[in-house]
Amino acid sequence: MLKRRRLIFSLLAIAPVIAIFAYVRLFPIGEILRLSLHKWDILSKNKPFIGLANFQELFGDRLFHEALINTSIIAFGVLVITVPLAMVLAALIFYRTRSRFAGFYETTIFIPHVVSLVPAAMAWKWIFDARLGPLNALLSVFGIEPQAWLFDPKLSLISVIILCSWQALGYAVLIYLVGFKNLPKSLYEAAKLDGASGFQSFWHLSIPLLKPISLYVGVATLVSAFNVYAQVYVLASDAQGAPGRQVRVLVLDMLENTFRNYRVGYAASEAVVLLVIVLILTFIQFSLLREKGARK
Amino acid sequence: MNAPAKPLPSSGQLRRKRQALDFLVDAILLVFGLMMILPLILLVANAFKTPAEMLSWPPSIIPANPTLDNITAVLSDTPLMLWIFNSFAFAVLSAMAISITSAIAGYLLAKFPSRIMNVLFAIILATAIVPFEVYMIPLYFQAQSLGLLNSLGGLLLGYLVMSFGIFLVRQNVIHSIPDELLEAARIDGAGEIWIFVRIVLPLLRGALGALFVLAFFQAWTAFAWPLIVATTQPSYTIEVGLALFQTGFTVDLGRLSAASAIVLVPSVLLFVLLRRNFVEGVASSGLKE
Repeated sequence: MLKRRRLIFSLLAIAPVIAIFAYVRLFPIGEILRLSLHKWDILSKNKPFIGLANFQELFGDRLFHEALINTSIIAFGVLVITVPLAMVLAALIFYRTRSRFAGFYETTIFIPHVVSLVPAAMAWKWIFDARLGPLNALLSVFGIEPQAWLFDPKLSLISVIILCSWQALGYAVLIYLVGFKNLPKSLYEAAKLDGASGFQSFWHLSIPLLKPISLYVGVATLVSAFNVYAQVYVLASDAQGAPGRQVRVLVLDMLENTFRNYRVGYAASEAVVLLVIVLILTFIQFSLLREKGARK
Repeated sequence: MNAPAKPLPSSGQLRRKRQALDFLVDAILLVFGLMMILPLILLVANAFKTPAEMLSWPPSIIPANPTLDNITAVLSDTPLMLWIFNSFAFAVLSAMAISITSAIAGYLLAKFPSRIMNVLFAIILATAIVPFEVYMIPLYFQAQSLGLLNSLGGLLLGYLVMSFGIFLVRQNVIHSIPDELLEAARIDGAGEIWIFVRIVLPLLRGALGALFVLAFFQAWTAFAWPLIVATTQPSYTIEVGLALFQTGFTVDLGRLSAASAIVLVPSVLLFVLLRRNFVEGVASSGLKE
């Protein structure tokens, strides 16, 4: 009887939260799946079911291809820069945990991750600026020609990758630091007694032991980079104020299809592609983790 | 492994080597840390520079002829303070909503086990994987049908709950609140709501503090959602206001830097003050698996 009363209480108490959760999460997620199978232009009243036609059109859409390729390049570029660098930095910070500057290291590396995106992107926009920016001025000191960082298609991708990596680094370092703090000390002492150098312990002990952390950081970095938008909006907008002409990414293409072309169903199918990418990445992460567990 | 025995170096030599290494690592980290914040420092410096000084090479960190022209210009050109207020209200209310919903749901999911609760928890975890950008378009039409576009309510609609927050509280309740404590209170005749408010919430102070700070910065730096939901100048958040401001024709670098600095300085200070909370919250996000 008491058990039953407790069950009823718990369900009643959680109901409002679940109701909100359902309304602002479950319902729109269901809607995006449903809309992706329908043709809906904001202006028209009816939304006919058209099966996978939206997806078929996507695969032949030049702009979508461009967005998908650019977003993938950005995501993997950020991954390749961020993860190894974060691991080394975390190792160095962990090694100097007792340094009086330890707090300074953590804070400075983490600040780019928390400051408002747009002002931070603005700082980089100035740095990359072809005429006024300090980057070209610095390069000219070494006799390198000034580059159109934000106008050349390839260079603007690189600029976006640099900005995104600068922001993602702090988060990755922080997660790695947690990982280093949880490593078994005895192993390192044993390695030291066997004459292993610090570098050898890092290479042969830390890297394999931190594999689960690396997987998590890698996938988290990739997933958030696949949703890149604000950075591109600020960096790669041209003088006329048409944002993102230079670097088209998935979220930008999606929003443009919704609010400029009024093709909501079509934009929904793009969102579903983004979701599928994220699900595949998460699945890879979990299966790699499991594989490791099975071998033990 | 049969490594040949090395001659052991004397302890003085070892210590000196160790000190040199420590110094080297410190130097690397100091330089790297400074480089990480250099773009922001230069941005703040630019806010106080005259147009001529902004072009000089190498860029100066302390302006030679500091001027407040940029700041006064940007404050009179744009409703910057209103945008900051919008962002601040949005961030505080969102952090409150997320803390409350997470505290209630996390506690109930942890301490009232039943099959329904397990199902609910599985659903919450599964949706945590889905990025906000994926479902924000349907959510936009929900905000529209509620008549919440261009309002604080519309902004909040996207940021009322956080799957990770629910998860974080649930983990904390499981690890730090023993069943016996709750049972003892019940035997003493305490009601469930009294137990939640007087026993559970105080014990969750640390976790909820971390979550609040995390949620605050999440809303403070939100971009895509405010951009589509708040499209009239008085309803912009600071991120959106600045992003649109910078695409204007007449805008010069000095004013952009000034506007950015006005936003950056308080949020960096806030972060430095709340760093412990924030780091705790973010660090626990990595321990999901």
